[in-house]
Amino acid sequence: MKTSFLTVVVAIVAKDLRAELRSRELISAMVLFALLSILIFSFALELNRIAREEAVTGVLWVTVSFASILGLSRSLAMERDQGNLDAMLMAPVARQAVFFGKLVGNFIFALVVGLLLLPLMTVLYNKILVVPWLLLILILGTLGYTTVGTLLATMTVQTRSRETLLPILILPVALPVLLPAVRASTGILSGVPRAEWIDWPQILIVINVIYIVLSYLLFEYVIED
Amino acid sequence: MLTPPPNPLPIHREGESSEHALIETRDLVKAYGLLPVLRKINVQIQRGEFVALLGPNGSGKSTLLRQLAGLSKPTAGQILVGGWSLPDEADAVRAQIGLVSHKPLLYENLTARENLRFFAKLYGLAGDEREQRIDSLLKQVGLYKRGFDLVRTYSRGMLQRLSIARALLHEPDVLLFDEPYTGLDQDAATVLDDLLITAHESGRTIVMATHQLERARRLASRVVILSRGGVVYDDVMEHIARAQLAAIYSDATSMAAAR
Repeated sequence: MKTSFLTVVVAIVAKDLRAELRSRELISAMVLFALLSILIFSFALELNRIAREEAVTGVLWVTVSFASILGLSRSLAMERDQGNLDAMLMAPVARQAVFFGKLVGNFIFALVVGLLLLPLMTVLYNKILVVPWLLLILILGTLGYTTVGTLLATMTVQTRSRETLLPILILPVALPVLLPAVRASTGILSGVPRAEWIDWPQILIVINVIYIVLSYLLFEYVIED
Repeated sequence: MLTPPPNPLPIHREGESSEHALIETRDLVKAYGLLPVLRKINVQIQRGEFVALLGPNGSGKSTLLRQLAGLSKPTAGQILVGGWSLPDEADAVRAQIGLVSHKPLLYENLTARENLRFFAKLYGLAGDEREQRIDSLLKQVGLYKRGFDLVRTYSRGMLQRLSIARALLHEPDVLLFDEPYTGLDQDAATVLDDLLITAHESGRTIVMATHQLERARRLASRVVILSRGGVVYDDVMEHIARAQLAAIYSDATSMAAAR
């Protein structure tokens, strides 16, 4: 008899959070990378205040994307290297529940990094980023990105060149998520009427649904040996 | 003393398996792309047997164990465990199989108890039953007092004992061991010997892939030797003398090297 889907998802998320709270291996690397990135971008754009303000959403999403790759790669590598993925798959559980468990954990870690960036970038880039609509876009964009990322990281973690393969694969595949996320963020921060950018969050929602359904359907094949 | 499995497999669903074998492979083939790793393996393992799976590196031992564990789909052929077919009835098979590998299959940033609790949840154990099972298993493998310690502080031998406790959480009928002695010192290997003997005496069927001929001779009731993905020898252990086993194993290794 299969263990219930929700029980498995909750168990995996709780396990990942507990292990991460104890070791801080993923979050510390992701946050440090993100901080360095926004500082470097800030210095690079320092002489041109207008360019810095206009580039702020690009910097935000580039930083969140790259920092997430670090976390995604490490999160799945920890499962694979110790054989834990096999141990989970040995249990009578739905494969998709394992995927969603890993996805929720990865999403939480990436979102924490994004949420930390908002106030920091508000100070460094002299632009208020802590606004409700931007928070919503951050949640949607991070969800879509980590959905694709969790699926691809599961694929690449089984290869020898996983460290290089994941960034190469994820960026083009995640473009349909990043593009509306950047466009919506730019619209929100530039103060133009809502009608001019409200389509982008809706597109983002549709793309998220498509990616989640596709990942649900494909995960079993991805982990198949 | 390890507790025997409480719910023996409903072996032998009518018309499924033959010859009362608990585990049976029929013309099992596994290939990665064009590279065949297992070539028409036909093995029948009876309930309660302790089978040592020997063979040189690359002979297909680990692949065969992964197939039996339902972690890998066959390219061709059939696997039956207790009459349940893999991969079609994988959940029924997985619920009856425990795997111990040379990798610990444990989370180093969790305590032993947290590890066991996590895997117990995946097997649907809950509440007092789960906690009692964890207590009992930690006592059986001699780690009760270290249950609240992080697994990353464990020695290799302790990891392997905890790994056995994890594999026994759902009280499986069948235990698969993939090179369980890798990296163990003499004392830890002796402790593992005792745990294997106890698990076997408690009625479990054991399949162990190993390179340790002498240990296989001492523990197992039957030996299956693989070479180049095929079975080259299969007999009960008492039919084979020590020197003969070494000679057959050496031949298998030479055959693989000549490939």
